[in-house]
Order: sequence, then structure tokens, then C-alpha cells
Amino acid sequence: MSEASIRPATAHWPNNGLTRVPYALYDDQVVYERERERLFKGPTWNVLGLECEIPKPGDYKTSFLGDVPVVLVRGRDGTLKGFENRCAHRGALLCLERFGNAKAFTCVYHAWSYDHDGNLTGVAFQNGVKGQGGMPADFRRQDHGLRRLKVAALAGLVFGSFDAEVPPLEEYLGAEIVQRIRRVLPRPVKVLGYYTQTLRNNWKLYAENVRDPYHASILHLFFTTFRINRLSQKGGIIVDASGGHHVSYSMLDGKPDKNGGDRDYDAAKLRADDASIGLKEPGLLAGRDEFGDGITLQILSVFPNLVIQQVRNSLVVRQIVPKGVDRTDIVWTNYGFVDDDEELAALRLMQSNFVGPAGYISMEDGAVGAFVQRALPGTAAETSVVMMGGDGATSQESRATETSVRGFWKAYRNAMDI
Amino acid sequence: MAAIPDDGIMIGKVTGLLAEYAACIDGDELERWPGHFTEAAHYRITTAFNHARGLPIGIIDARNRNMLEDRVTALRKANIYEPQRYRHIISVVRLTGSEGGLVQAEAGFMVIRTMIDGSQDLFVSGRYLDSIDFSGERPRFAEKLVVLDSDKIDTLLAIPL
Repeated sequence: MSEASIRPATAHWPNNGLTRVPYALYDDQVVYERERERLFKGPTWNVLGLECEIPKPGDYKTSFLGDVPVVLVRGRDGTLKGFENRCAHRGALLCLERFGNAKAFTCVYHAWSYDHDGNLTGVAFQNGVKGQGGMPADFRRQDHGLRRLKVAALAGLVFGSFDAEVPPLEEYLGAEIVQRIRRVLPRPVKVLGYYTQTLRNNWKLYAENVRDPYHASILHLFFTTFRINRLSQKGGIIVDASGGHHVSYSMLDGKPDKNGGDRDYDAAKLRADDASIGLKEPGLLAGRDEFGDGITLQILSVFPNLVIQQVRNSLVVRQIVPKGVDRTDIVWTNYGFVDDDEELAALRLMQSNFVGPAGYISMEDGAVGAFVQRALPGTAAETSVVMMGGDGATSQESRATETSVRGFWKAYRNAMDI
Repeated sequence: MAAIPDDGIMIGKVTGLLAEYAACIDGDELERWPGHFTEAAHYRITTAFNHARGLPIGIIDARNRNMLEDRVTALRKANIYEPQRYRHIISVVRLTGSEGGLVQAEAGFMVIRTMIDGSQDLFVSGRYLDSIDFSGERPRFAEKLVVLDSDKIDTLLAIPL
């Protein structure tokens, strides 16, 4: 398809580098449509859900790839298939439920029906009524199937792609990211519950936010106020070769910091002055080293739409769904494992208080993107500054860095060819 | 459902409790909010979708009154959110049972959220599924399950419902 050209200001990258990002990328309809075609429908793998959500043949789930409605279904033979959730006839949504089970998919509008592979198997009144009307004699059902997705799964996580040329999933992710995904999905999964957070900002502001460890202990004051987390704790940032995927991780002892914090924190005035603040219910801080490696926080992103979060024992798959230049839905799927014991199950519920739209350490992320979005007027020729930790987009031990934000833009520019 | 004596009076008492409850949230007197619960109270916000399927995760899941007090402390001292106000509109109360000195009641509610710039939206609607302890000087929630009709939360949910 033809594409309108990107405004010059949008395509202008000072020094042709990654340390400046044009604000015009966040509110430009042409950019948004180019993202749909080149990025989401291009050679990328987009998370669509978990295998355990559709365990039986015929089970299906509706979701979105970018903002394109899609259906994920388990076929009769147990394999996963996906297609656009849009009838090939007049373009109506085919599946309206979030989850279901179907032997076939029949459009409510004119009853065209499709099998689990998306093949058109039935056209109502194809031969007309009483010899009148009907489809032309040369109409071939095989020419009118649903637009199919490539589907691949890793550790129970299901991805889809509209691009037949997309590299194999594990190659796309790279060995380090694959290992870190397997780390938080080592056993059969069960879903503990869903919610969706609607953000009043462009999807990329959230994609950047999850890749930005610099803000974590500054914007999210819960840990610092209650003297729990510090950037100086052991951890690091992994950025894959493409730049688009990242892992931020840290090891945290889970105990209140009795020493009153280190000098950098005090100098940056990030501590509450009132040293008497403490939790009345310290049970919130209990946790278990369930993966046996001492890592208590791991935020992992896969370009373009996946975030997997481990905050102690709170495990969540977050799917980023663009809903227009200035709206984004984050679909939170909280999960645990089928073999969780009672204590671990209780820890996951307790620690869910940390995350989500009401989460002690995440609620601010719901608002901060909108603070940027609302300040966009007048910035069409301006850029933001992404210089923390240098100008590269490679793995770093320090979390006082924006290396993975630069990584996102490296992958983005590559995918968008701008 | 077990027989409940003098329904009308009980409905009046539950209505009064809900009115007080909403007034302290809407009036930004959050410090008084935990006082509407028993010490061992369970307060949870979930969605109709999760509730219908028995999915246990909460948007907020407080297992006792101390956790409610911690949440108020966090809202006042730690969490960052734009100034905003709620207006609770609560439906008529329906008694659904009584057991072991606790009265079960249900009420529908809507919350209109007003931001500092004056913009207003219907923020959430849902049901309160309450279990109320009338054994003390004043009635308190022994359990309050907030079941939201929609899965979607606009931006963030800071102030409790």
C-alpha cells in the first residue's frame, strides 16, 4: 500500500543518533499508520496470550496485534492458529466474545463460516434461492479465507506475526532473552486474573517507561519512602543486539533498610524526611526466592508489545495495545503456576498490591505518559533527551542509565525505516 | 437466605454505614476510611469478569485494617497522582443474608471522578458485596468485595472505592 510521507520534523534525528527523540512521533496520525503497517504488521513477533488460556481444541481468544483485532484458536490437532478477526466478506468482526469454544466461526452478518484454519467453508445462499441470485459460478471459496497469522509459542507464551518472513521466534528474541523468559515461565501456568489499564498517551511512552530504570526509584516513591529499594542494589540491564528487547533486574533482600540509605539517595533528596514511616503490615514484604537465583525484580520487554514482570512473586504478562495516537490499553494478565502451594499462592495475591493500576510501585506509570502527552503542543520541532548512561544501547551493570530506552529507538527506527 | 428480622431497619442501618463510608472517601478524609472496617477485615477490588470465573487476583487486596492504613499512608506520603475527587452514587441496599452475627448486603455504585482541571468522567461502576459486623458500638465491614462492572481502569486507581 502507499504510505503518506512522514513530516520532516518527525524524521529528524539530531546527530542521527539515539540520544534525542522527536516529540512529533507521539501524536502524528501518519506515524501511527506507518507503525501499523511496518512495525506491528511487519516482521515482528507480538504477544497475544498464554497457551493455558485456550487449552482444548476449538478454544479461542480474541486479542489485538497492534490495534488490529485478531483471534487465536487451538485447532483440532492441538496446534495454535491465528487470523484477523474480520470476516472476508463485508469486514464485520467475526468473534465478539473474549474467550469461547467453537467448532467453526460464523459471521453474524451474512453467515459466512470458517474453519479453525481460517478457510472459508460456507457461504449462505451461495447458489442463490430458487435458482435466482447467488454467487457467480467462478466464485471460489478458497480465494476468500481469513487473513492468517504466523503463530509461535515459547514457554507457554503465544506470539503472532502477520509477516510470513519474520525470523523464527527464538532467533528474533536472542538467547539471553529466551533464557530470561523461560526463567519466569518454568512450569505450567495458570491465570490468576486480568485487568486493563487505559492510558491517555501514545503506546511508545509506555514502551519507553518499562525500559527506563532511571525513573524507578524517583517516580515510584513507595520503596524509598518505606526505605526498601535502592538503585545501588545488585542488578543490571540486558539489551539484546536489535535493541528492542531488554531485561532490567535486581536483587533485593526484602528487608527494610535500617541504615537509613546510602549517600547518593540522601544527596538526591529521594528519602522521606520522616524516618518513622514504616508499614503497619510488614507481610507485604514477605516473599520467596521461587526461582532460586536471588533476583527479586525482573522487568523484561520484547519489541514491540510485550512486557513480563516479576516483582518478587507477582508475575504478570502485560500486552501493549495501541488505541489511537493518544490512547493505549495495557492488558495485565496475572499468573502463577499450576503447582503453586498454598503459601506461594497467597504471596502472589498479597504482592499484587504492588502492581497494576492501583499498585504501590506502578500506579504512577499510568499517569506519567499522559503528563508527556499533554505537554506535546508546541513541540513539533523539539526532541527529548536520552543521554543517561551514554549514547549506546548495550547491556550495562548500572541502572542509572537509559540504555534500553535508546535500544527501543534503535529497533524502532530500523522497523520504521526513519 | 436466612430470615432477617426487621429488614427495613437493617436496610436503614446498612444505608447509613454506606453513606458514612462514601462521605469520608469523597470528602478526602481518608484517615477515617480504615475505621469503617474490623481489624481482620478483608477489602478487595476485583472485576466482574474475574469474579464470575473465580479468578482470585485483586486490583487492591487488603487482608486486614493495617493494610488499609498502610495504603492511606502511601497515598499521602509516597504515591504520586494528580489531585482528583470522587463522587460515589450508591444504589438502594439489598440484604442477601445473615450468618454468625454478620449481615450480608449488596449495593450498586457509580463513581464520578473529577480532575483538577475540571474534567469529569464516569470512572467506575460496580457492586459492593459486603459482610457487616453489628456486634460493636458501630457497624463495621468484616468484608468488602468491590466488583467492578468493567475490566478497564482509566489511568490509575489511587483513592479507594
